[in-house]
Amino acid sequence: MRLDCPICGARDRREFTYVGDAVLLDRPAPDAPFEAWDDYLHNRDNPAGVTRDLWYHESGCSAWLVVTRNTLTHEVMETRLAAEVKEAGV
Amino acid sequence: MMAKTPLEGMEPLSLGKATLSELDLGRLTSIAPYRGQEAALSDALKEAHGMLAPAPNRATGKEGARAIWFGQGLILLAGPAPDETLARHAALTDQSDAWAVVRLEGDAAADVLARLVPIDLRPYVFKRGHTARTELQHMMASVTKLGETTFQIMVFRAFARTLHHDLQGAMERVAARARP
Ligand SMILES: [Zn+2]
Repeated sequence: MRLDCPICGARDRREFTYVGDAVLLDRPAPDAPFEAWDDYLHNRDNPAGVTRDLWYHESGCSAWLVVTRNTLTHEVMETRLAAEVKEAGV
Repeated sequence: MMAKTPLEGMEPLSLGKATLSELDLGRLTSIAPYRGQEAALSDALKEAHGMLAPAPNRATGKEGARAIWFGQGLILLAGPAPDETLARHAALTDQSDAWAVVRLEGDAAADVLARLVPIDLRPYVFKRGHTARTELQHMMASVTKLGETTFQIMVFRAFARTLHHDLQGAMERVAARARP
């Protein structure tokens, strides 16, 4: 498996660390209801299909990435810098 | 008292068509440009040290004064003490004693490195002046191509002997496969 780091280019999976669902980018407000924090901290979908994950290019440029991939086909559909995704708000 | 280099001034090691030697790059300074200051930093680098800031995956300058892209938003200045004008545009951190540096050269150098590093090292992909942050075995590394068959490899100083061990092993195995 290879991931296309937007900075470094196509790199072997071993250079990256898997962090978890990209929902971690959408941190609730401090005073958000209990349910929002419960979702944010504990509840994850386990999709058979397209999913968005955070990966860390630990042995490369040290950037955080949002990787969109398909769990059924193993296709990697998109890799973006997490900082850009966060700023764009999508 | 004498300063010791990470590999304590090891003798160059030649096996087959590859030679490994320790490099002392002099002063090492990481440069992290402040947000929006990348262009101004590049100008200051040019003015003070003669090279523009490198784009990602590239190195600029030459032997004795090189600027090596070192990760997201990070450049390593190798050689001169950083001019104070750089500090207006970037955070500077002295890393002089933090890295072990070696040079691997010769016709078999790329074959040796390919056993340890998961990047495409073919000469038409990884060219002179190219650099990569990648891993060598399990060590975070900086690999820079200095010439057609010459690579500079950097790992954290604590891994100096592991680096030497891994490179020597790969050199032995590549040499053993070569026809006499
Ligand atoms: Zn990267």
